[in-house]
Amino acid sequence: MNLFETESSKLVESEEDFVVNIGPQHPSTHGVLHLKIKLEGETVKDVEPHLGYIHRSIEKMSEAGNYRQFSYLTSRMDYLSSHMNNQACAIAVEKAIQVEVPKRAQVIRILMAELTRLASHQLWWGAMGLDIGAVTPFFISFRDRESILEIFEDTCGTRLTMNYNVPGGVMLDLHPNFQKRVRELLPILKKNLKEYDDLLTGNVIFEERTKGVGVISGADALSYGCSGPVARASGVSCDIRKWHPYDGYEEVKFNEIIETAGDCFARYKVRMLEMWESISIVEQLIDNIPEGEFQAKTKNVLKPAKGEWFVRVETARGELGVYLISDGTANPYRVKFRSPNFSNLSALKHMAVGGKIGDLVAIMATLDLVIPDIDR
Amino acid sequence: MLEFSGVTGGIHNWLSAHFGETGTMLMEMLIAGVVILLGMILMSFTLGYMERKVAAFMQLRLGPNRVGFKGTLQIIADTLKLLFKESFAPGTSDKLLFNLAPFIVVVVTMLSIAPLPIDPALQLFDINIGVFYVSSVTSISVIGILVAGWSSNNKYSLLGAMRSGAQIVSYELSAGISLVVIVAFAGSMKFSDIVLSQADAWWIFKGHIPALIAFVIFIIAGTAELNRAPFDMAEAESELTGGFHTEYPGMRFAMFLLAEYVNLFILAGIGATLFLGGWMPFHLWDLEGFNHVMDYIPPVVWFFGKTFFLIFVIMWFRWTFPRLRIDQLLTLEWKYLMPISLVNLILVALVVIMGWHF
Amino acid sequence: MSNEELKAFVSKIIPEAVFEEGGQYLNVIVDAVLVRKLLEELRHESTTGFDFLFCLSGVDWKTHFFVVYHLESKHNKHIIVIKAKVNREEPVCPTVSDIWRTAELHEREVFDLFGVKFTDHPDLRRLFLDDTWGFPLRKDYVDDTTIVSL
Repeated sequence: MNLFETESSKLVESEEDFVVNIGPQHPSTHGVLHLKIKLEGETVKDVEPHLGYIHRSIEKMSEAGNYRQFSYLTSRMDYLSSHMNNQACAIAVEKAIQVEVPKRAQVIRILMAELTRLASHQLWWGAMGLDIGAVTPFFISFRDRESILEIFEDTCGTRLTMNYNVPGGVMLDLHPNFQKRVRELLPILKKNLKEYDDLLTGNVIFEERTKGVGVISGADALSYGCSGPVARASGVSCDIRKWHPYDGYEEVKFNEIIETAGDCFARYKVRMLEMWESISIVEQLIDNIPEGEFQAKTKNVLKPAKGEWFVRVETARGELGVYLISDGTANPYRVKFRSPNFSNLSALKHMAVGGKIGDLVAIMATLDLVIPDIDR
Repeated sequence: MLEFSGVTGGIHNWLSAHFGETGTMLMEMLIAGVVILLGMILMSFTLGYMERKVAAFMQLRLGPNRVGFKGTLQIIADTLKLLFKESFAPGTSDKLLFNLAPFIVVVVTMLSIAPLPIDPALQLFDINIGVFYVSSVTSISVIGILVAGWSSNNKYSLLGAMRSGAQIVSYELSAGISLVVIVAFAGSMKFSDIVLSQADAWWIFKGHIPALIAFVIFIIAGTAELNRAPFDMAEAESELTGGFHTEYPGMRFAMFLLAEYVNLFILAGIGATLFLGGWMPFHLWDLEGFNHVMDYIPPVVWFFGKTFFLIFVIMWFRWTFPRLRIDQLLTLEWKYLMPISLVNLILVALVVIMGWHF
Repeated sequence: MSNEELKAFVSKIIPEAVFEEGGQYLNVIVDAVLVRKLLEELRHESTTGFDFLFCLSGVDWKTHFFVVYHLESKHNKHIIVIKAKVNREEPVCPTVSDIWRTAELHEREVFDLFGVKFTDHPDLRRLFLDDTWGFPLRKDYVDDTTIVSL
């Protein structure tokens, strides 16, 4: 691919259109996203995303490996909720080979998923502050995220792309210190979350930048395929953990956070409150991890029957779907990943047109896009 | 204690004895120029270090602490690095204007240092229209920024320069009116007169409500004039990666930085002089004993203490608040600060005529 | 609506529709030329009301393509899977980007990776790859330089 030729674009209609490129290398696009913006003064008239800068053909590579291997590629899709990505792949394969996951493994999976969601939202909060212009929240949120990542390192060996879920359960048992460390961490996190509200939520300048900015209605959000906090902030109830529960979520008590305003501030509030819900889920489960097996017995070479399965999982950014088609051999015939960020990105133009560049940055900060998930 | 009048008087006498009138004047100008240059460099080093340390402590980290004692030589190392960088102009830029822009900004800064009264004897240029001079000279810096943005031949720089130009021109009005409030109280535009008029108490106490409102508006408008957060849309890193100085490498970028820090010092200095008494110690009208004790602290220490306090407050803003969007910034000025300043001006006229200040 | 009711609804609109048994959701196989009519009805009819297109994928079955639409209705709480059978030699399928706005980017992706052209699409360009690339997700895609068969 010749990178120096300008790509085809529908944006420039005449010589006088003022087109600015944001990205692909840019401090605020959270990855390699290339946006072509047509401006009239400070007002955004059109937004056109150009994708493919980090397209790694994950779907094609999954067809080359076997059923245990393709989940390793998915940690690198939405790397901030890598545990949930692996969970989706593991559940898809478990449905295909019809094996039941032991209770202990299910509870461990939920604990890890909620801690990952917390860590991801904390990074989002820091990056959001940075994009809006306040530099200090970044340091504070990373301090808290570090403590969670250290707990992951004890059990899973790595901090970010954990690859801890396998078909049948989890790869290894919990580290002996896990429960103690999490129990000690929870009160500290609760105290620090209040600090987040002090620093950013109540600030007049922050509210002016986010209230009424980037509004999308519930019907539009559904039409654009938005899910996760983006849809929930427009009044659409879509939490997969409530609608199609998996891995034992039906037994855990938590609230689905829904706001109706549909603007940046509503998306912000949804994620802040979701952090509290994640802490509450971890609190419920940390003392009640059942004893037993952490992995069900599976054959060495997995050869499911012919068929297709669709698994939906709630990652930190929305609904991840894994569409697995098997033709009876040891390699998957087709794996399609329905990524939440892909659909959330398509709503960007609807939200940003008519606002200013500063609004575009605020909207992208609240959409919380992770570009490798879009490009796969 | 630290009396500079002896030193400056002594130098003047020695020069007059040896060189004659014009010679003395030329030599004094030379000495003053060298002292100002060194002072500016030292000041920007100090402020750069202070900014990084203040930022670090507010963000739960240490800041520079390896190079030199507690990181004091870090800024010198950074400046040396910038000096050694290749200082080129982009091929498609307008070469003359591109090279000219940093100089405009630095020259304006040097011009506005002149009337600041650091000490009764250490004032460079005690012109009788001091306040007016400062506020008109600082307006010229807009030209430097606009020229920088335009000549870079880069859409981001142009956007940044446009925003910055609009912002500075708007906020100058409110800042200027706040300064006029104190001129109305003191009855003179000459800086030394204004400082001497605060011999019984500082204007922020004597002028009660109008002076307090003017002070707050001055700090806000001044922060906006300096293009500092929360008004730093022009160089918003996460949107425009540098704004009007994106394309400037090496030493030219360092000149913008130098000018920004020294402007910060000048703004804080003017605020300290007009509202907080300049080099005048903290007197409280007729409390003789208290006043006498305060007099023991040298005037230089008073001036720098007040200035650095204001600088600290302005730095505090930067690391706490998010950024305002450009239209919100301009709305703040034209719809809120401007009407309040005008009403305040009428109020101060009333107060002065009726003699309702202390 | 239950699966039986959905089957009846679909058969009324497209009598030639074939239903796959034994899947996780109700699978309907329709020819590509007829699929738009079915999808419009499924979206706008209030008893079905499928307002959430949560996945649009392409699958290469060597003799033909399938464009698979996974639809969900938030109000009526049911899910249906429509598979449009697309000719392999001349892969053409009608667009649904005016019914569900999310289809715009998804259809571009299927066009990019499989080469299925969507008629009446507002902006059918390649999404990740450039114009000189082949269609990588097809089963007969050969690339001697970069793909190593194990």
